[in-house]
Amino acid sequence: MLIIDCPYCGKRPEIEFSYGGQAHIARPVQPADYDDEQWTGFLYMRSNERGMRAERWRHVRGCGRFFNALRDTTTDQFHGSYKVGEPRP
Amino acid sequence: MSAFRTQTGGRIDRTRKVHFTFDGKTYEGLQGDTLASALLANGVHLLGRSFKYHRPRGILAAGSEEPNALVAVRRDEARYTPNLRATQVEIYDGLQAQSQNRWPSLRWDVGRINDLLSRFFPAGFYYKTFMWPKSAWKSLYEPVIRRAAGIGKSPTLPDPDRYAQRYAHCEVLIVGAGPAGIAAALQAAKTDARVIFCDEQSEMGGSLLSESAVSIDGLSAADWVAQSLVALARNPRVTLLPRTTAFGYFPHNLIGLNERVTEHLAQLPEHCARERLWQVRAGTVLLATGAIERPLVFAGNDRPGVMLAAAARTYLNRYGVRTGSRAVLVTANDAAYQAALDLGAAGVSIAAIVDVRKNPGGELHAAAHRAGIEIFAAGTVLGTRGSLRISGVQIGQVDGSGAVHFKRSIACDLLLMSGGHTPSVHLFSQSRGTLSWNEALESFLPGTPAENQRSIGACRGVYALSAVLEDGAAAIAPQRFTVTATVTSPSGWLGALPRPVDSHGAKAFVDWQHDVTVKDIQLATREGFHSIEHIKRFTTTGMATDQGKTSNLNALAIASDRLQKPIPEIGLTTFRMPFTPTTFGSFAGLSRGDLFDPVRRTPVHPWAAQRGAVFEDVSLWKRARYFPVGDEDMHAAVNRECVAVRSGCGIFDASTLGKIEIVGPDAATFLNRLYVNNWSTLAVGRSRYGILLRDDGFIYDDGVIARTATDRFHVTTTTGGAARVLGMMEDYRQTEWTDLKVWLTSTTEQWSVIAVQGPNSRRVLEGLVTGVDLSAAAMPHMSVARGAIGGVPVLLFRVSFTGELGFEVNVPSTHGQAVWEQIFAAGQAHGITPYGTEAMHVLRAEKGYIIVGQDTDGTVTPDDAGLSWAIGKAKPDFVGKRSLQRPSMQAPERKQLVGLINVGSNVPLNEGAQVVETRAQAVPMTMIGHVTSSYYSAVLGKPIALALIAGGRARMGQRLYIPMPGGELEVQVTAPVFYDLEGARIHA
Ligand SMILES: [Zn+2]
Repeated sequence: MLIIDCPYCGKRPEIEFSYGGQAHIARPVQPADYDDEQWTGFLYMRSNERGMRAERWRHVRGCGRFFNALRDTTTDQFHGSYKVGEPRP
Repeated sequence: MSAFRTQTGGRIDRTRKVHFTFDGKTYEGLQGDTLASALLANGVHLLGRSFKYHRPRGILAAGSEEPNALVAVRRDEARYTPNLRATQVEIYDGLQAQSQNRWPSLRWDVGRINDLLSRFFPAGFYYKTFMWPKSAWKSLYEPVIRRAAGIGKSPTLPDPDRYAQRYAHCEVLIVGAGPAGIAAALQAAKTDARVIFCDEQSEMGGSLLSESAVSIDGLSAADWVAQSLVALARNPRVTLLPRTTAFGYFPHNLIGLNERVTEHLAQLPEHCARERLWQVRAGTVLLATGAIERPLVFAGNDRPGVMLAAAARTYLNRYGVRTGSRAVLVTANDAAYQAALDLGAAGVSIAAIVDVRKNPGGELHAAAHRAGIEIFAAGTVLGTRGSLRISGVQIGQVDGSGAVHFKRSIACDLLLMSGGHTPSVHLFSQSRGTLSWNEALESFLPGTPAENQRSIGACRGVYALSAVLEDGAAAIAPQRFTVTATVTSPSGWLGALPRPVDSHGAKAFVDWQHDVTVKDIQLATREGFHSIEHIKRFTTTGMATDQGKTSNLNALAIASDRLQKPIPEIGLTTFRMPFTPTTFGSFAGLSRGDLFDPVRRTPVHPWAAQRGAVFEDVSLWKRARYFPVGDEDMHAAVNRECVAVRSGCGIFDASTLGKIEIVGPDAATFLNRLYVNNWSTLAVGRSRYGILLRDDGFIYDDGVIARTATDRFHVTTTTGGAARVLGMMEDYRQTEWTDLKVWLTSTTEQWSVIAVQGPNSRRVLEGLVTGVDLSAAAMPHMSVARGAIGGVPVLLFRVSFTGELGFEVNVPSTHGQAVWEQIFAAGQAHGITPYGTEAMHVLRAEKGYIIVGQDTDGTVTPDDAGLSWAIGKAKPDFVGKRSLQRPSMQAPERKQLVGLINVGSNVPLNEGAQVVETRAQAVPMTMIGHVTSSYYSAVLGKPIALALIAGGRARMGQRLYIPMPGGELEVQVTAPVFYDLEGARIHA
């Protein structure tokens, strides 16, 4: 079980969190401007990094907030977490 | 005294005799014995039959690495544990142990025929033999495999024991209480760290418990261990956990420990859990897991009486047991000589030492020489004799040219072997540390760790006792020890021992537990498997419950030799948890029976229970399914409840509906972006049926949404969808539309919802509700109003999931049952009838109202479900809108929701049944859809069904077919509404 650093609450066990997939995929403001291929890319295409990955977590059984975190997928070690809207460090 | 017990020595308590049975026969042992040592003391070496060939097997080792001696221990009918290693089972008075994998008896076993037929069971035989013909699978192969697969039997009754679980935090966790672990613990205890120190054995001390001739700081090994443990036990910051296996290493230094609390006790104390699962979060983990002696691979190396040298030494020095009368030692290192010397001194005749090295030497070699033991250098073993116990060994020698010659046959009843040591890197590897191959030690050693951890002592290839102690201490703070011990240089042998080129026949075992031989691994390489991961799966080597603790390195070396590639290039298989098999009970803990999951009950639950309702589980909720009267079965009760709602009035507990309150100046905008409907046009005091899609365009949830103020909406969700819908809303609110001023609150448990449905429902409520005009003109369908019942404020919805005139009374949960009872009392004059979820399902299906998750499956669009009318067409965007414009989402052949009525039969269809276009199709048939809902409608007097069918709406009136086990049923496609087609009743 991972220890995850909620930017609002601090370090808590993974059981308090839910995983939210790859971070920094913003929903298009005007989806109608996207052609089918672009829209399919937004919906379904995700990277599968070996190494550092920015991903979404929600402290669902805590403060309820979504945030982003950097995790090395080869070691499961976290390298920082940050609030929604903040740039990837 | 048993024949093989020594007169003195050992750590057993000679004053306390223990009686136990093995296969029904009573034996005597001593307090402190394991089942293995006690049986050996009685001269019993035959403990089981092997997995595949049913060969007689004995005891190979003395610890958790034992691959052979698996037994079942029975306390009573429910307390029966198979596949325990006899080397780890502590005996107690009355212990009943049984051998496994034999029939009818251990000495005479019918399965032995497999050994003689073994050329028909080569490696990979599962994959090859059972492929064809397909028809033989069900009748022949599967039953045979099922009977043969697995070792041991399961108990037949539920586990009556209790299992505890606890979390713990510490600065230092030390796994393994041998010399390295104790030295580290002593140093850690001097700091202010909290220390947890565990060991899988009944006594802490590890290899020192088997040492006879060493001293540490002027004390004997035994005294040093005792003194150290007393000091540690006195320290309040140190937790000592014997009988505790570190079975798993999880990310971020979370270690799973399994503590066996009562397993060694004759009487089970009432208050004790059988086992305790520890989840320890440690600052630093020190792995002091030691090394495992490696067997040698030669023909006939699996007979009872063939044993690891260090194990024989442990049985002698720790348990006072001579494991034979006349022994031969085969070794590839110095250290094993100590076993021969110790056994010789205890009265065992040492017939010969076969040393596979060309020029053996050193202190112990000289001592063996002085003791007059015959030593064969450059020796090898060509074979062994004996049926249920070894009776002799054929020795060979390798000449200067590398040729192997037969040298001599020697009679013996004990063959000791030592191929060197394999560092126990299981936990290190589980923690995702990288292993590195050490050429000098011919071992995989811990390389770069992935966690805050350190390996100390033999598990990282440090073997000399003084070095081990200092390595352990240095993990915390350096410390010198004064040690007297024989110095030996580590060496070993990997793979098969030399044998003549033309040798055939007798099996040389690599993996004892899965019966994998040298030939099997060679066959795998010939078949083209070059990676150890593939060789492992083809031969099943290392895949038994012992995870190849004694076999992995030899298997690798044999593959390496055949493939002419160095060992590191072939790779090592991944170690996985658990280190040794761990009970399900310990993982389950208290999460069993009623405590497996939380149970949610509505405020009306006690009333329904008293009324005799039959409940069903809907997500975590208990929902009243039907209310039988007299001896009604479900069918009769549901029919009566449905008719009552359509003809008079029904009352239904809808409290489990998910409810979310959406508040804020941007509440309507938020809902507009999320749901397909247009919310801007919804007036205060009105409600609307809302549909929520995912951005891929498929229906995610639905429910009625009411506007209770300009800036306030009362959203209902499906019972099972409440949490995930709120999660989805929060996701958009927090991460996509952070500009919106809106707040979300779950109110599911704040409101009880009482549905009053049927033509008489207005009459029932009219006399009760104050502050609201219930007339059709003042309160039309889909309107909402605030009022009170008996002084309790209610939020009243005019809404219907039945197609009848209906209301849903939302009342604060604390008053839920009281208001329910008032409505029920007032309804007596109008024939009010409680109905359950089953009638609710029938009533809504008669009207074609969908249930998300039953009539939809995550691939259904609003149009597929016939709900296009709900979409706010003018809205520029909502979640899922762009996806609905993709060409494939508008294809006419998409599955669409339709109704089905039976033609020429009255049998309700099976939900989930497939639909086909023509009669009597050949298999495989062309399936065009499936039945999603199916019920008998008492009001209509016939079965009705909803189905998703390709191009369904273009098939109205068409005849289709449902293949069923009892024969094909014919149906006709209709619109998905069966009752009150013009929808007049709802507006009454
Ligand atoms: Zn938080």
